[in-house]
Amino acid sequence: MNILIIGASSAIATATARLYAQKYKANFFLVARDEARLSALADDLKVRGATAVTIKVTDFTDDAAYPQWIEEAFTAYKTIDVTLIAHGILGDQEACEKDVNKMKEMMFINGFSPLAMLTELANRYEKQGSGTIAFVSSVAGDRGRSSNYVYGASKAVVTTFLQGLRVRMAKLGVQVLTIKPGFVDTPMTADIDKSGPLWAKPEDIAVGIEKAIVKGKHEVYLPFFWRYIMGIIMHIPHFVFNKLSL
Amino acid sequence: MANTYSSWGRYPNRIQNGCSLKRREDDLSSLSALSKNTPFLPYGLGRSYGDSCQNHAGYVVSSAQLNSFISFDSEVGILRCEAGVSLSDIIQVVLPQGWFLQVTPGTKYVTVAGAIANDVHGKNHHTVGSFGNHVIQFELLRSDGTRLICSESQNPDWFYATIGGLGLTGFITWVEIQLRPVKSANLDTENIKYNSLAEFFSISEESVESHEYTVAWLDCSATGASLGRGHFTRANHCQKQYGPIPPVNTEKGKLSFPITPPLSLINNLSVKAFNELYFNRQREINKTAVTNFDAFFYPLDGILHWNRMYGPKGFLQHQCIIPKCNAESAIKELLEVISASGMGSFLVVLKMMGSVPSKGLISFPSEGATLALDFPFHGAKTLGLLLKLDAIVSAAGGSLYPAKDARMSAQLFQQAYPDWIKLEEKRDPNINSDFWRRVTGCQ
Repeated sequence: MNILIIGASSAIATATARLYAQKYKANFFLVARDEARLSALADDLKVRGATAVTIKVTDFTDDAAYPQWIEEAFTAYKTIDVTLIAHGILGDQEACEKDVNKMKEMMFINGFSPLAMLTELANRYEKQGSGTIAFVSSVAGDRGRSSNYVYGASKAVVTTFLQGLRVRMAKLGVQVLTIKPGFVDTPMTADIDKSGPLWAKPEDIAVGIEKAIVKGKHEVYLPFFWRYIMGIIMHIPHFVFNKLSL
Repeated sequence: MANTYSSWGRYPNRIQNGCSLKRREDDLSSLSALSKNTPFLPYGLGRSYGDSCQNHAGYVVSSAQLNSFISFDSEVGILRCEAGVSLSDIIQVVLPQGWFLQVTPGTKYVTVAGAIANDVHGKNHHTVGSFGNHVIQFELLRSDGTRLICSESQNPDWFYATIGGLGLTGFITWVEIQLRPVKSANLDTENIKYNSLAEFFSISEESVESHEYTVAWLDCSATGASLGRGHFTRANHCQKQYGPIPPVNTEKGKLSFPITPPLSLINNLSVKAFNELYFNRQREINKTAVTNFDAFFYPLDGILHWNRMYGPKGFLQHQCIIPKCNAESAIKELLEVISASGMGSFLVVLKMMGSVPSKGLISFPSEGATLALDFPFHGAKTLGLLLKLDAIVSAAGGSLYPAKDARMSAQLFQQAYPDWIKLEEKRDPNINSDFWRRVTGCQ
């Protein structure tokens, strides 16, 4: 099995890669910005059973480089069975409200950058006629909330894009999976108080991702109960929602 | 707010501040939470029962994010990994390739660096010694930014101070350990129901050569002639190979104790009932079986967060080693005192430790009998009983296990571990723990 992971050093991507190394002895093409982390992950995956690991260090702000390393990945392994797009930033909502450049930066990294990659990947998968494209979105994209609507919007952009891409790809036998994790205990959320019962570990999310891929799902909330939580949140009338500090 | 950096016994239970080292190349000075004047303490998975993993004068620095493997040579069984990798992670990766840990404690949810810092032992101490005996090398990061590769030939004084050194000499970033080959994930086990303490010692003696793993569970409700009765378990790794070892999933199908009940579920009634039932669970005297490694080594890991059943006040463990010459008389005395107190211990575990010398300056494992007891915390009553037990241990020339302790006196500690002074010389000036301040007074 050949896997392309974009944003490989994110906690969810790392946990998923480990699972695929242990369970499938997969071949990996890992893309991320931090070289030290990436080579540490490559060593880790090899010990866990990965057959081959290729790493690519790149900055995702450089969208001109995307076609080149996507080409490299497909050259390395001919077919890519699973692509996982997992890069992103949580950003600072308040800073985004005050500074338009901060807002644009977040929209670019979380939103437009995956769209650019997906456009390139979709054409490759179209020729390939099989496999999975999975994107780590967020429950935050389901409804804009005052505490993080820029982040939410950046994820919603991709979620909506994928809804359409899924239809296009379905005819060709390509799975397009939108992953919507809730609260996950990762370095990205290090500064948040994790005392509630809703927090999940990246390893739990990874198990859910693998299951959703095997089952050919289109969209998955992880852990599952977020489907119901978001179902309620999306149906709260505006006059109530506006009074909530969510 | 939940106490993320608590100790396993949750006594004393106070909020502990902490942060994580992000990468093994990072210096400790990269942690904004740390300043020159507040001491810190390396923290793994928090399985130390008492205050040796707590540092309320400052921070703990977690190794949770240092969880990558670095290399594994499956020809010779040498594994290198980051400090925060757990024994559970290691088993999942190496067992399907025919390797296992040389030494494992009763839980696999400890980090490999924590296993070194507490020089943990297992049911095979009488054959292979403790965890530190199988460590090839590790890197020690000091708060001044110095990095020391430590082994028996390189910086040996730091190597010996760090094994069993309770995290005080520096932050371990990665370790290299020697594993042992196994042919199966199972063990041939034999469970012997025995009726007296004397019988325990004779079965132990006869099993030293024949069985790699030995341990006994004692019925603490027994008195008089049957004092010390229990079940003696002995085992060897299966030598037969039944095809390749299947993938290991140590996380699957685990129960979890989801909440902390308002009261301890462990009380005199439940302890008596449990012990009685447990002793009589096996009708025959001898019972042999093939047991999976997970059930054999880690029965309590089957229930995640089992420490919660002791309620919000937590519990105390008392684990001692009594030198071989005094073992039988002192263990008998300890059991009599517990029995007379009416405060039973839910689990009583007894094992004969072997003569392989430990490497650490203040390693707990040594030759003799080790007895482990759990007591729910009931204030002065519990502490009073433990003091009586301490007196017996002290008179018999024994010692208590720092990793399990939250209350031993400075006097007992210093008497049992005279080399603590050498460890104090090697202690990082910016590292300290509640335990170390309590038993040495060193700030």
